Amino acid sequence: MAKISLGIIAIISLLFLIAIVAMLLDNAMPFFKNYSLSEFFLNGKWHPASEPPIFGILALLWGSFIVTFIAMFVALPVGIASALYLNGIAPVKLREVLKPIIEILGSVPSVIYGLFGLVILAPFAQRFLHLPVGQCAAVAGVVLGIMVIPTIVSVFEDSLSAVPKSLWEAGYSLGSTKWETLVKIVLPAAKSGLMVAVLLAFGRAIGETMTVLMVAGGAAQIKLSPFVPVRPMTATIAAEMGETPQGSMHFHSLFAVGTILLIITFVTNLIASRYAERRS
Amino acid sequence: MPSDVLKYRLRVQRAGFVALRVAALAIIVVLSLLIYFIVSKGIPILSWEFLTQPPKKMMTEGGIYPALIGTFLLGVGAMLFAMPIGVLTAVYLREFSTQGRLTRLIRVGVNTLAGMPSIVFGLFGFAFFCKVLGFGVSVLSGALTLGVMSLPIIISVSEEALESIPNSFREASLSLGATRWQTVVKVILPNAVSGIITGAILAMGRAVGETAPIMFTAATFYTRKLPNSPFSEVMALPFHIYGLVTEGLYPDKQLPIAYGSALVLLLLVLILSGTGVFMRYRFRMRRKW
Repeated sequence: MAKISLGIIAIISLLFLIAIVAMLLDNAMPFFKNYSLSEFFLNGKWHPASEPPIFGILALLWGSFIVTFIAMFVALPVGIASALYLNGIAPVKLREVLKPIIEILGSVPSVIYGLFGLVILAPFAQRFLHLPVGQCAAVAGVVLGIMVIPTIVSVFEDSLSAVPKSLWEAGYSLGSTKWETLVKIVLPAAKSGLMVAVLLAFGRAIGETMTVLMVAGGAAQIKLSPFVPVRPMTATIAAEMGETPQGSMHFHSLFAVGTILLIITFVTNLIASRYAERRS
Repeated sequence: MPSDVLKYRLRVQRAGFVALRVAALAIIVVLSLLIYFIVSKGIPILSWEFLTQPPKKMMTEGGIYPALIGTFLLGVGAMLFAMPIGVLTAVYLREFSTQGRLTRLIRVGVNTLAGMPSIVFGLFGFAFFCKVLGFGVSVLSGALTLGVMSLPIIISVSEEALESIPNSFREASLSLGATRWQTVVKVILPNAVSGIITGAILAMGRAVGETAPIMFTAATFYTRKLPNSPFSEVMALPFHIYGLVTEGLYPDKQLPIAYGSALVLLLLVLILSGTGVFMRYRFRMRRKW
């Protein structure tokens, strides 16, 4: 009896997941039915207000990916190195203080990172690099990178500390230095944990809304330079949802963008959980 | 000469260690700068009036009282909704069914929820709570949306808490003739309480800082009124900050208020997640029973 009622409650999370997918698809359908799929996926322009409107997700995808890649470029080296530092060479006392602090800092709300990027980093980049606008893909990427570093450190350090102590001892007993043991034995042993950290950080960065909404500049365009404004998918949804009449083509197109975003993060998480399973 | 080789290897080690130290230091420096920036800009704004007065003159003066109350209601509402579901789900997964297809499916579902972008929750909340269920843009819709978003973290921390209870407790209780349910209610849950509260604190720390899920479901830029029913729109701190720096006619006058609001939000989140992380580490260190 108890088991069945608890089981029903446990299914609620699953039902919400299904409801989320259903709601997104249900609201995206009118768009997919009435708008050419090839236009949606292949047109590089997002002009929802023009006549006729153009809904090309390519420019938004480009915005999301360029910002996310810059973020990963910033966050990965620093995050991985810090996790190695915490696990390999930091004194135990220091690690016990630093790791929680980094985790707590990981909870700083994104709107605060956005504020920081908007009033400090963007004007600085504008003056320093002589840009016409400070809010651009590069600045958004850097802020986002800072934001996901705690995720990488926390997840990767966990998997480093799950490496059996015997591997350290084996390294030492073969005459390896601490550095050699850390980089050539322990790091490879934690490789799948590293992949999980990278994928989770990627998923977090590409799904992040407020920072890119405030700092990426908001222009839906595909240009190879990182120093021009871009409009990632999340920022598009956040910025346009409030302005468009409900039930319009534009309204439904935002759910279509949300669906694509959902698919990307879902696939990312699926791969991450594959790696996580391999680790255990 | 072997000693040359060794010297070289030690030099590599020294260089490597320096690189790792620099990286770790960089994180601490950058994050401290961020905090310093918010604190130094926000402190001059902070006052008792700032916390207890409504905004005045199109958000160019006055305080953040309605936003504070709104954020509080959203956070507490989300927990009221998500805690029972989350904790009981964890009990089911840990105490009643640790294997089987359904359990695996639930775990996959929870993991998927955990990885979903917050804006997707916003879209869902708007489509489902505001429109399908007809709650409109309201505290209720926002709290429910944040609640759904909080489920994964509550479930995983509660599971951790249940896992930390030694099996001998369950065996002792069952051997005395108690049913599984009695064991859960009388033995397991009382011992897991601090862990479960930790989950609530961590989840709330995340929920109150979120903007994207409440943008279309609950929040409004400007109101002097406090919500008088679950169906009222509310102001909320994160959305207030966003509004102050992107909307409005007087950016110069709004920016200081944004700094003040950001400091309050930062303190709120850091206190919540600081407490949560600290408690989590405490119960992770194998307790002696």
